[in-house]
Amino acid sequence: MQKPRTLTVRVDALARVEGEGALHVRVRNGQVHELRLEIYEPPRFFEAFLRGRRLEEAPDITARICGICPVAYQMSACNAIESLLGLSIPGPLRDLRLLLYYGEWIESHALHVFLLHLPDFLGYESALHMARDYPEWVQKGLQIKKAGNALMARIGGREIHPINVRIGGFYSVPSRKAMLEHREEIARARDSIVEALRWMAGLEFPDFEEDYEFVALYHPEEYAILEGQIRSSKGILIPVSAFEEVFEELQVPHSNALHSIVRGRGSYMVGPLARFNLNFAQLAPLAQEVAASIGLTPPVRNPFRSLLVRGIEILHACEEALRLIERYEPPDRPWEPVEVRPGIGYGASEAPRGILYHRYRINADGLIEEAKIVPPTAQNQRRIEDDLRKMVPRWLSLPKDQITWRCEQAIRNYDPCISCATHFLRLELQELG
Amino acid sequence: MPKRRKPKLAVWKFASCDGCQLTLLDCEDELLALAGEVEIAYFLEASRAVVRGPYDLSLVEGSISTPEQIEQIHEIRRQSRFLVAIGACATAGGIQALRNFADVRGFLDLVYARPEYIKTLEKSLPASAYVPVDFELRGCPIGKGPLLELLSAFLNGRRPNIPNHSVCIECKRQGIVCVMVAQGIPCLGPVTQAGCGALCPAYRRGCYGCFGPMETPNPTSLGDWFLARGMASADLVRLFRTFNAYAPAFKEAGERYAEATDVDRSG
Repeated sequence: MQKPRTLTVRVDALARVEGEGALHVRVRNGQVHELRLEIYEPPRFFEAFLRGRRLEEAPDITARICGICPVAYQMSACNAIESLLGLSIPGPLRDLRLLLYYGEWIESHALHVFLLHLPDFLGYESALHMARDYPEWVQKGLQIKKAGNALMARIGGREIHPINVRIGGFYSVPSRKAMLEHREEIARARDSIVEALRWMAGLEFPDFEEDYEFVALYHPEEYAILEGQIRSSKGILIPVSAFEEVFEELQVPHSNALHSIVRGRGSYMVGPLARFNLNFAQLAPLAQEVAASIGLTPPVRNPFRSLLVRGIEILHACEEALRLIERYEPPDRPWEPVEVRPGIGYGASEAPRGILYHRYRINADGLIEEAKIVPPTAQNQRRIEDDLRKMVPRWLSLPKDQITWRCEQAIRNYDPCISCATHFLRLELQELG
Repeated sequence: MPKRRKPKLAVWKFASCDGCQLTLLDCEDELLALAGEVEIAYFLEASRAVVRGPYDLSLVEGSISTPEQIEQIHEIRRQSRFLVAIGACATAGGIQALRNFADVRGFLDLVYARPEYIKTLEKSLPASAYVPVDFELRGCPIGKGPLLELLSAFLNGRRPNIPNHSVCIECKRQGIVCVMVAQGIPCLGPVTQAGCGALCPAYRRGCYGCFGPMETPNPTSLGDWFLARGMASADLVRLFRTFNAYAPAFKEAGERYAEATDVDRSG
């Protein structure tokens, strides 16, 4: 019989993730002895310096937490502040926000699927290495990404840190003609992702399933993205304002980001898999159809298959974007008037990586007195560690470089955005080894 | 003709949002061609393959905000033939430089249950505060066009052609109606460096200074003009203190109006 294995897996700087993190795993006699996803991204103190800023500044400032999903920050901020002010965003303005957000989903998911995650499945160090053998798929991925970016740039002014979002709506709105110009490119992206999904479904997915608690927003009329209640696969159904009563953030010494848990229960998963499993019936018909045709039906409990679920969400976003563009007529005014009201505003939206929660306390002068932001990667962080703790023992017969490769691949299942997760703090670095 | 060695490109990250390095990946039409011209030797956001230095060109994103990062930026400088700082964080300290105006320990106590774990520098500063920098590409975020111009200039051994005049000039060239003159919207365009394409005025809002101060700006002249038209000095402080708050010209303007605000309050 083989002797139980003892080894240390160290990835000092995780690649193909947004931000800076490291992984440390110690296995002794076949048992995982120690496992830490270390986030050493330096703190940037957003919640602290939001204090004393005007409520109108929140969308521009919080966008800077993340270059990959700035719209998510802008939408959650608007959502929180507008709910406090009693502002509702009517028809075409809401459609424009959805379109901007779908642009970000397409851009962010295409980046992750084709440039960051796919190389793991095919054995390449990067998409640039992969492009030597699979130029057509890398090209297609880039073109899909470009279609999302173009939509963001049209509505938001630019892809990264859009300038056109304001509390109450937008500074200015595009013409119908300008929006119609995107139809062709988005339709092409839709066709490419359908093709890619059929191909990717044939890849080898490591065998692993887990009984996750999936948590996502729920909206009665759509596959929730802009707003909704918070729902979980284990019975949670609460308004966003109850988020902090049900979920708790814990500080751990090895990470600069806080870990989230369901109070009294433990880790949970937010993001594409959670949305897909909880809200499948609300996906665009074509997205449901393609999912079924590649054998992807809820519940999907293998996190590696998130690659495909992101593809399905790209497809959904393209379909919805096309539908909204078709019916778009510019609204009478680009924004709803804003009247300051003191109090606490709660908001959440579905960032590409999952629920992004904001809370603001605003005073009578319209100044922010307190802000709290819980990004999706902080919520998934404990879950990532729990996955790895269960996966590593199964892989112990593999060579060490293969174990390391799979650990990285498993972390990328969550498309972690470490820049987001660490928006405020830094702990002492522990020396690995 | 002997094959020329491909220059080695490295992309480094300090305290930042990743948006400026993402700009490179957002060059969807040019990315694969670029990968043919340079060896992407270190770019963790895109590749786990790491090639050892020295590097011909290092792009540095993010501000220096921890003790380890000071050592790291020195090491990168030693390893790099050209070092270019990209974005407001790397060229001015970024939005996180707002801590430079406050007591950073106080910030930690606000957001963290165990602040004693935390190690951070008093100030968030640009790369140039610690090492010589060969060129600075401004913006929050940088633009695709200027980034490609920089890379193309590097590959062709010439100076990048990046304007350092104001957003106003960009705005006028495009024939955009001045938001300040026509609608009375406060706009930092007259003192902010061009590079965005006068995006905010094109969308009917005032410029808020993503690209930092232009060459030889006069921000207090503009600020006084806003004050005379009824803007509160506290709002003026906020206007200058965003993503380039610690860039010298904006820093001085912010300090001047912060003093004015204190005088108003006490008196």
